[in-house]
Order: sequence, then C-alpha cells, then structure tokens
Amino acid sequence: MTVLLEVRDLVKTFGSGEAETRVLRGLNLAMQTGELAALLGPSGSGKSTLLTILGTLMHPTSGSHTMLGVDLTTANDRALTEFRNLHIGFVFQFHNLLPDFTALENVCFPTAVREGRETATARARGQELLVRMGLAERVHFPTANLSGGQKQRVAVARALMNRPELVLADEPTGNLDRASAAQVMDLIGEINHEEGTTFLISTHDEKIAALCRRQIVVGDGLVTG
Amino acid sequence: MLYALKIATRYLTASKAQTALLVFGVAIGVFIFIFMSALIGGLAEFIMMRTAGDMAHITIQAEAVDPALLVPQTGRTVLLVQEPTTQATAILKDTAAFLPLIAALPGVTGFSQQINGSGFLTRGAQVMQVSINGLEPGHESVIANLASYVTEGTANLAAGGVLVGKTLAEDMDLSLGQTVRLQSSAGIDAALTITGIYKMGSGGPDRRQAYVSLATARTLFALPQGVTRIEIKLADLYAADTLAPRIRALTGLDAKSWTEQAAQLLEALQAQAQTGYILKAFALLTIIIGVASALLLSTYRRRPEIGIMRAMGAGRWFVMVVIVSQGALIGLMGGLFGAAAGYGVLLAFPSRASFGPGQSGLPIDIRQGAYGLAIWLTTLGAILASILPARSAAQLDPVTAIGQ
Ligand SMILES: Nc1ncnc2c1ncn2[C@@H]1O[C@H](COP(=O)(O)OP(=O)(O)O)[C@@H](O)[C@H]1O
Ligand SMILES: [Mg+2]
Repeated sequence: MTVLLEVRDLVKTFGSGEAETRVLRGLNLAMQTGELAALLGPSGSGKSTLLTILGTLMHPTSGSHTMLGVDLTTANDRALTEFRNLHIGFVFQFHNLLPDFTALENVCFPTAVREGRETATARARGQELLVRMGLAERVHFPTANLSGGQKQRVAVARALMNRPELVLADEPTGNLDRASAAQVMDLIGEINHEEGTTFLISTHDEKIAALCRRQIVVGDGLVTG
Repeated sequence: MLYALKIATRYLTASKAQTALLVFGVAIGVFIFIFMSALIGGLAEFIMMRTAGDMAHITIQAEAVDPALLVPQTGRTVLLVQEPTTQATAILKDTAAFLPLIAALPGVTGFSQQINGSGFLTRGAQVMQVSINGLEPGHESVIANLASYVTEGTANLAAGGVLVGKTLAEDMDLSLGQTVRLQSSAGIDAALTITGIYKMGSGGPDRRQAYVSLATARTLFALPQGVTRIEIKLADLYAADTLAPRIRALTGLDAKSWTEQAAQLLEALQAQAQTGYILKAFALLTIIIGVASALLLSTYRRRPEIGIMRAMGAGRWFVMVVIVSQGALIGLMGGLFGAAAGYGVLLAFPSRASFGPGQSGLPIDIRQGAYGLAIWLTTLGAILASILPARSAAQLDPVTAIGQ
C-alpha cells in the first residue's frame, strides 16, 4: 500500500475577529491507496470542511496538503481544477446532478468538460458505469425524473467517470431510505474492491460506517479516532 | 467550446417560456431598431427625392464676366450705365474637350449640357415670362426625370417643339399640338409647337419653365457654339462634395456641389439621422440591460449547478463560455426573429417607388432596414451583456455555491 494523500497541521478558520470560528485545529490525516474509510463525527464537527479541503475546493488556513506526491496547499485555481478533474470524484448529499441533463450526460460531464465534447468513447464508458450501477433502463432519463437512490447512483457513476484515485462522498446516503442507502454502499464497496479506488465517506450513521474497513472520527477540529 | 455551447443550449431549452420571453423582448428591440432605420432612411430618401432628387448634383455655370471698367480708379463713386448687349450670356466653350473627362469620373452617372436663359411665351394676347431650358435631345431626363412627369405628349424634345408645365398650360389655356411664340431675352423669337405637358408637383417649374431642344435654344440666344451650363448627376449624391473639387481641378471650371445651396436641408437631414441614432442606441441599450438582468437572474438560480460543474473539473473559463454563449444565442435568435418580423411588417408598407411626386404614404424604405447591422449589433450587445453575469458566475466559490 502506498500513501495516497496526507494532510498535516490542517487549520481552517471561518470569519475573523469576534466572529472567528476555528473549525479544524491542526488536523493530521493520511490515507493509503485502496482504502474504504468512513468519516464520523457529530454535526458541525468539520467533516464537510475536511472533505472540501481534501477535494481541493477550498484552501486550508494553514497546514499542508499533498496527494499523489503533489503539494496542493498553494496550487492555483487552474492547477487545482485540472487535478480535481483527473484524480478526485465527488458525491454530495444535495444538489448533486445537473437537473436539465440526462443520467448519461451527467456521468459523461467530467470527461466531456476536459475533452471539450462528448466523445463516443466517453459515452460508452458512461453507459457501462450506469449499467454497473443497475441503471441500464435509466441511461437517457432526465435526472429530474429519477428517485433519490437512483440519483445517488448516477452521482457515484459520475464520480468514477475519469477513473479517479480518490472519491469523496459527503453524507451520500443521508437523504436515502435504508434499502437505497444499502444499495449505494454495496456498489461503493464493490468498486473499491474491484478497482482499488479509495473512498472517504462522511456519515453520522454507524451502520454505514460499519460497512467501511476504516473509521476516522473527527471532533474538536482534530482526528480523535 | 462545443461542449460549453451544448450546455448553454440546454439551459436555454430547459426553461422554454423564460427563453422565449427573453428572445421576444430582444426581438422587439431589434424590430424597433430596424423600423427606425427604415423610417429615418426612408424619410431622408423621401425628402431627398422630393427636393434634391431632381436637381443637379454638380453644376458648372458659365461665369458672367463684367466688362473691365475703362475709367481709372480714383476712389470716387462711379455711376455706370451698361448697354444691353446681344451677347448677354456667358458661355462654356469647347465642352467636347472636357466632357469626356467628367463622364469618365467614377460615380458620374450622367450629364446634361444646357443653354438657359429667360424669355416670354406668347399665345395670342397672352404673354408669360418663363425661364427657357435648352436641353440635348435624348438627355431630357438625365437631371430631373422629365419623362416621368409628362402627363400629355412626350418628353422628347424635337426641333420646333416646346415642353411646358401643367400650371402654365392651364393659365394660358394651352394644349398639345398648339403653336406658341417664344421670345428670348436676346430678342430673338421662334414659333414652337407644344409637344408635351408635364407636372412636377412644385410651383416654379410647373408655372415658369419652358423646355426646348438645345438647337432651338442656340437660335433663341444666338449661341452657335458652347453652352451656359453643365449639370452632372452622380450615383451617390453625397459624393458631390468630393467630386466637385476634382472636376474643378480637372477642368479649371467652377464646378459647384449641390450642398453649397442646400446646407439647411443637409443639416435637417443630419439632425433627423441623429435622432434616429439616439433612438436606435436606446433600443440596443434596452436589449443589453434586459439580457444582462435575465442572465444574472438565471445564473443566480443555477449557482449550485455551477458549483457542481466546478467541482467536476470545469474551469472558470468554461463557466464563462457557458453563460456568454447563452447571451450570444439569445442575441442571435432575437436578432433573427426581430429582423424577420421587421422585414415582414415593412413589406406591408408602400414600396420606395411611391416616394415619387404625387404619391402618398409613410416614407418607409424596406431596403434601409439595416437588418444585418441590427442582428450583428444585437448579438454583440447580448454578448457584452452576458460578460457581467459570466464573470460573477466564474468567480463563484464552488463550496458556497453547492451549499446553497
Ligand atoms: N463558509 C463557512 N463560514 C462560516 N462558518 C462555516 C462555514 N462552513 C462551515 N462553517 C462552520 O464550520 C463548522 C463545521 O461545519 P461542517 O464542516 O459543515 O461540519 P459537518 O459537515 O461535520 O457537519 C460549523 O460550525 C459550521 O457552522
Ligand atoms: Mg456536513
């Protein structure tokens, strides 16, 4: 196993002066390639903040962030955008898909935005991923017409589109019923097992967390377990 | 780029009613733009046709040279009595030498050599003072389109024929085929047959003018050679100011542009054109503000989506192109629809041919709708209008955008 990513002394504060909130207080974390990890902690403990920093969507106030040997701490927006596109997939809790596009168009987005158009190769891969997610019948469905569980599975397919090393999922099952949540988690487990993609999944749900091989607990702005 | 365009198109088709309304609004602006262009252009054309259309664009008038004063200049006032001479008129000689040069100038569409003077038209006991225009047969309609004004007879001037205005004919009770006497200021007279009666629609020419052939005029004014005036017609009457000096340089003759006499008319036309520009600028400004606010609103609504696109690896530039493409598409569609509607509506107005004398109707010139310009400016304006929303979308922080 090799080190996929590492953050050291990660500090993130919001606001300044009286209103300053210190969300991360010198957090350290390393992940190996191929891990399936749950990120646990009470609401407001900084899980989303950590995921957005790991996802290069936000700079930490201080501390260092490296992934795949690249120092991302001070990289500019352009470099981070490209890095994110190639190496990181996201699954969010809400507002996940582009509502005016079909399932397949959503899945193809990360490749198409890089290549400047939707190629046949990209479509074939997108279709394959949707079939894998059990959505063979929904490939050309407008995403607005999909159920919550189906939407999250499309989102997982999209996160995998560019074969990223890391997928960050922020409460991906938070909005789903038990059965749909289990289905999504099964698929994530399968991909992790077969392709070695690293997953970091934030959740309050102990049952979901139990499906992961590693549990990372944050509290008070630090990794506590 | 292509992919950004696909997304832009999808955004526009996703909210069809909103897009349709926006395009409709833009089209109205374009329609106003086109209508104003056609109206102002048509109005100018109308005024030009009614006033300047029948005049010469450049005139070369023989200069009357005063005989030299033989009394030495003493500083005192000299009372001068001049005897009338038979050779009353100054003439342009050797026209054959320079007319081909003038005719060869680019933009010159025709010229007319004339012998002009004044005289009296007599029929029985009735006498009327007229100005006599001697024109070359075959060139009668080069300057004023005489042929189009003839109501009876013909515009062709044959030797022994005379063309008079309708008012004059009525005043003197003249009719086609009758014989009249025309006496020139040089004291020579000729018996002429009325071969045509015309109606130009304006007082002077209809009441006080008689057209004869150049040969007849030579006899009347005892001018065996030369002419008193050369009138030149141009393809573009606004080229007169640049062509007149060229003709002066080429021939050494005093060629005058029509604008020297018509400064007020030109000023009025310019003021009118400027009013048109202001109205058109307002139409464009309305389009720009409309598109900008609509795009700001739709971008605001789509912030979470923009955040997601950014998270998936869409760069700032890509986001900008998506929004600017929407603006461009709206501008282009509104431009095309507005231009088509403008053209369709203008078709219903009387054609340009009806601007001529004796016709009525709104002087709208469908050919001056400036359709291409309207579409082009609208698209450009809509692109400009989308830059502000595009920039604000590109600067969005993906995290806060998704969190909304
Ligand atoms: N953009 C922000 N501005 C100010 N405070 C923020 C911002 N984002 C998060 N916070 C605060 O940081 C803390 C952690 O938030 P978050 O990372 O979303 O926690 P979790 O995902 O574990 O619920 C919360 O107290 C939240 O109010
Ligand atoms: Mg959270």
